Amino acid sequence: MSKYLITIGLETHVHLKTHTKMFCGCATEFGSEANTHVCPVCLGYPGALPVMNGEAIKQCVIAGLMLGCEINHYSTFDRKNYFYPDMCKDYQITQMEKPLCIGGGVTIDTPEGSRRVRIHHIHQEEDAGKIIHYARHSGVDFNRCGTPLMEIVSEPDLSSPDEAMAYLHNLRQILVYAGVSECNLEEGNMRSDVNISVRPEGQEELGIRAEIKNMNTFKGIYAALEYEIERQLYIVKKGGTITQETRRWDADLGETQSMRTKENAHDYRYFPEPDLVPVTLDKEMVEQWRAALPELPAARRERMVKEYGIPEYDAGVLADEKPNADFFEIAAKLCGEFKTLSNWFMTDVMCLLSESGKTITQCSLTPKSLAELVTLVKKGVINGPTAKELLPELFNDGLMPAKMVEERGLAQVSDSGALESFMNEVFEANEKSVADYLAGKKAAAGYLTGQVMKLSRGKADPKLVNKMIAEKFAGMGG
Amino acid sequence: MSQSIDVAYVSELARIALTDDETKLFQGQLETIVDYVEKINGLDLDNIKPTMHGQVSTNFFRDDVVSPSLDREAVLDNAPARTDSEFKLPKIVEDA
Amino acid sequence: MEDIATLTLAGALDGLKKKEFSSVELNQALVDSIDKKDGDLKAYLKMDPEYILKQAAESDQKRAAGDDSSLLGVPIAIKDLINVKGESCSCASRQLEKYNALYDATVAAKLRYAGAVFAGRTNMDEFAMGSSTENSAFQITRNPHNLECVPGGSSGGSAAAVAGGEAIAALGTDTGGSIRQPASFCGCVGMKPSYGRVSRYGVTAYASSLDQVGPMTKTVEDAAILLKELAGFDPHDGTTLDVKVPDYQAHLTGGMKGLKIGLPKEFYVDGSDPEVSQAVLKAVESCRAAGAEIVDVSLPHTEYAIAVYYILATAEASANLARFDGVRFGHRAESPKSVFDLYAQSRAEGFGTEVKRRIILGTYVLSSGYYDAYYGKAQKARTLIREDYTKAFEKCDVLMTPVSPTPAYKIGEASQDPLKMYLGDIFTVPANLAGICGISLPCGSTRGGLPVGLQILGPAFGEERILKTAYAFEQMQGA
Ligand SMILES: [Zn+2]
Repeated sequence: MSKYLITIGLETHVHLKTHTKMFCGCATEFGSEANTHVCPVCLGYPGALPVMNGEAIKQCVIAGLMLGCEINHYSTFDRKNYFYPDMCKDYQITQMEKPLCIGGGVTIDTPEGSRRVRIHHIHQEEDAGKIIHYARHSGVDFNRCGTPLMEIVSEPDLSSPDEAMAYLHNLRQILVYAGVSECNLEEGNMRSDVNISVRPEGQEELGIRAEIKNMNTFKGIYAALEYEIERQLYIVKKGGTITQETRRWDADLGETQSMRTKENAHDYRYFPEPDLVPVTLDKEMVEQWRAALPELPAARRERMVKEYGIPEYDAGVLADEKPNADFFEIAAKLCGEFKTLSNWFMTDVMCLLSESGKTITQCSLTPKSLAELVTLVKKGVINGPTAKELLPELFNDGLMPAKMVEERGLAQVSDSGALESFMNEVFEANEKSVADYLAGKKAAAGYLTGQVMKLSRGKADPKLVNKMIAEKFAGMGG
Repeated sequence: MSQSIDVAYVSELARIALTDDETKLFQGQLETIVDYVEKINGLDLDNIKPTMHGQVSTNFFRDDVVSPSLDREAVLDNAPARTDSEFKLPKIVEDA
Repeated sequence: MEDIATLTLAGALDGLKKKEFSSVELNQALVDSIDKKDGDLKAYLKMDPEYILKQAAESDQKRAAGDDSSLLGVPIAIKDLINVKGESCSCASRQLEKYNALYDATVAAKLRYAGAVFAGRTNMDEFAMGSSTENSAFQITRNPHNLECVPGGSSGGSAAAVAGGEAIAALGTDTGGSIRQPASFCGCVGMKPSYGRVSRYGVTAYASSLDQVGPMTKTVEDAAILLKELAGFDPHDGTTLDVKVPDYQAHLTGGMKGLKIGLPKEFYVDGSDPEVSQAVLKAVESCRAAGAEIVDVSLPHTEYAIAVYYILATAEASANLARFDGVRFGHRAESPKSVFDLYAQSRAEGFGTEVKRRIILGTYVLSSGYYDAYYGKAQKARTLIREDYTKAFEKCDVLMTPVSPTPAYKIGEASQDPLKMYLGDIFTVPANLAGICGISLPCGSTRGGLPVGLQILGPAFGEERILKTAYAFEQMQGA
């Protein structure tokens, strides 16, 4: 039985983080009422002309620099002609001949070690509108039409669905770190087309590929790849041939399906966009942008280990999502308790995040409130259990812990006079436990401490109570 | 003489349904025109840079600042068919 | 009130300023004139007296309040492919019969700012594709000098209106001669500015790298006045250049003395109507007599211009006209069975024959396997044509040529043979390919009484120079 090699390449479309569309001043805001962010340009009205959003060009170049691309110092735009109701001009303005960025790559970890997945190029283009399907008709909303979109085209360097996932995960992380996209999958900020082929081991040339279009969840891509590999292997092993075609992933049925496309669907008749003059990026400016680039995820992990003395594991977890790392670093600067803070974040906070389905920027917890909470525990103002009880309110309602402690009188009781009287009361009411202890059953001390805590309604400092009980027994000759 | 033009294919690409008479008429006319324009093959164009624009300039950018959009009612009223908020189309089964 | 037929833009502005007449009186006279003449000429697709007089009354109020905007109260006719907010803009196509412009083209906004009255929508070849205005989906415009003849095209409605006493001045567009050739056929002044001089924003595109808006007027001075209002950098059009707009009118001084006029030999070959050649050469001779130096120049790639033009223009058009798909605006076929049908039927019903022909030609030259052979080569050949002009303008200040090989021809005469029709653009098309400016002005007429135009070409952004030359020539003619 011969082995088969799998080859995967990805074309990933990413929304840039601009305020306005690629070629007009309409807002890119997500979730607005249909057809409220439209103008002559993004509706393709007669006579309307595109004018480039300079910020989008900058963001695309920054993404390219972060991914190690060469920047094309002379870049042009082209028209890609195809008719579809969501494409307002029935051509898309894109870059065919001279894209902004060439080359580059994304490093992924594989069981065989880390490997660089090469990027072929990155070009800048515009998104289409949205078609909504109803029972008896379809509707079109052009709000999204014209949103700046960069397309990152990988080389066919991936050989399994797991590698594809690692690539997408790391790519997304770098783009978020670059600050050029939210990469919000639910909002369709990051969508991929997948090219996939199989071939018997030993065969040089790639097998015939199928393309699966427009998937916006990683889970979907993974499932689609698994399905498609199975499908192609089944055909090839039976001696059949793969048809070069475009397929669609049906998540409900869990299968890819052939899209019935016209024979001429790929005759795009590209030609240079006469309405847009070329972009020239002088070397000095690009170097300035390069010098001001944000840190890459790997560099940040390293730096966090060094700067905060936290374990590599912690740094990895925290830096995985840039907003989390940002949050941690601000809080760290406020409270100085790095390892404790990291523990709080990685256990309690992340637990709340996953329960609520929110991101750190969506919830009401602030670096200041978490830093304050950790400081209160450290200073012994409140104890750990109290702090854990407060956290959900910081998380959900944005309350500040010091104020809550004050208003609710939650400060620990460390006044030894008060504790003394609690202790005496407990010793009188629990003669048996006292006797047990004196008879050598040291565990009884724990019970007595618990009783003192109970009397203080949880506010006593348990360490102090332990100490006082030990001293009292010592005085009793225990 | 130029290759014969597949008028049916090209008109499909251009999304214009031609009648048989039109197809026949265009077949001859387009071949005559294409035959004529092929006179550019008589030029030596090696090492000549293409002219892609009406004038020579670069870097024309817009600031990333939101400007007002059109009134939705007016926009949808211009459409051949509309709903309250969308452009209306016959149901799309699928033919990209 | 003077006769609209002879009233110039300068005269109208002067009369309004001196309160010899009000804008309402002026515009009423215009409306009366259109009512009287347009039954024959059919220059206008749409003219709404109420709308015109309302604008006129407003401008009279503004003037009374001290407003002295540069074109206040003067009616300007608009070619029906320029968007003016709230007006129709059919491009003489069934496709856009019901389309309503929701925004102002930059040139419309500039006219609005200058206080002009929007006087009506002039007829044209559908989507500016044609040289006779016979390709309008709605009506055939006639030549004011001979009603059996075409007015030229594609801005035939604007030319006929200006020359026929139905407009004081008008806007046209010129992609391959569509201002200059009808100006020549009808006997008025028509100017194509350099590419990048006037904004194209809001002007329904035919061929984006060639289109320009320009003035169509009775005199060179009027062209200078109107061009100053239209020209300039536009943040909505990335192909406009940020070059200062001179006061063209103020520079209309001086004569022919010292001027170097180039005669490109490729424009004086057999094949032109002898009456046209004679009239043009006579004009050149009179310039020499007035002190100009005449030099022979060569534009060796002229013979390729038509081929290059019809490849590039139709290719760009095939994309520019894709948006007329019956989804967001314009004509939609009844109950299409699929999205493909929605497009193919709507476009088949909405477009006329010439538009279909050019879209299909443009689609063909871009289609898979043919790009390099046609579009790629044409772009390179365009470079050679541009270089011809750069070299020629090293030897002379302006070029003088005929506008069209023939005077106006009979309606129906040329429309059966597209290639023959295209070849008629040979003297105008190169200026668009080269991006330079050109003006057409009357220089005589045929024995049959049809006007003949003289074309004066200048380098890119040399509008001042050709206006000066044209003005000097016009003064000599008038004298
Ligand atoms: Zn817009």
